[in-house]
Amino acid sequence: MAHISVDVRGETCPIPLIEFRKAIRTAAAGDTIEIQGTHPASQKEIPMAAEALGAQLLGVDGSPNDWTIRIRR
Amino acid sequence: MGDRTTIVVASGEMDRLYSTLIIANGSLAMGMDVSLYFTFWGLERLKKGGLERGRLSRMHLAGLGKGLMRLRMKKARVASLERLMAEFRDLGGRIIACEMTMEIMGLSREDMRENLIDEYGAVGTYIRDARDSRITLLV
Repeated sequence: MAHISVDVRGETCPIPLIEFRKAIRTAAAGDTIEIQGTHPASQKEIPMAAEALGAQLLGVDGSPNDWTIRIRR
Repeated sequence: MGDRTTIVVASGEMDRLYSTLIIANGSLAMGMDVSLYFTFWGLERLKKGGLERGRLSRMHLAGLGKGLMRLRMKKARVASLERLMAEFRDLGGRIIACEMTMEIMGLSREDMRENLIDEYGAVGTYIRDARDSRITLLV
């Protein structure tokens, strides 16, 4: 199982969602993705996108201005 | 019904194109398919060198307003239209150019960024995709 790290700190809408989508595309089933960001809305929306894409949300840590989200493909 | 977003891009203003490409990329990121139909003033943005050339729909102020808006967008680290277009294409978004508008405006395919355009079509092509879309918008 591979681990993919994505850093979108400082990026704003819609780049965090786009980079998350690209990471999901790269990942194989079972791989984990860790995405770090600072865009408040994306902290809520990346989990929404994960659900829409059928990926499993493992956790959301930090504050709306500095967060880490872990997802399993 | 398909999980598709279809947007008619009839306007060429910078802010409207931002709205279009952000919604389009958001749809792709959430796992949907997307078709963008460029027609009338929207088509100007698909001309060679045209993507970033739209004016602001309000407070353009002969370019001053647009310049100020670009500065503020840069400060907020908003992606350029070129980047949003490249991401849209990379994630599989489709672009259709209206043939009738091209004829009215005297545009030939050589005037256009043909690498961005998947198809040249008319209203039937739009309906084919729109009837199968959960989200349809006219910008």
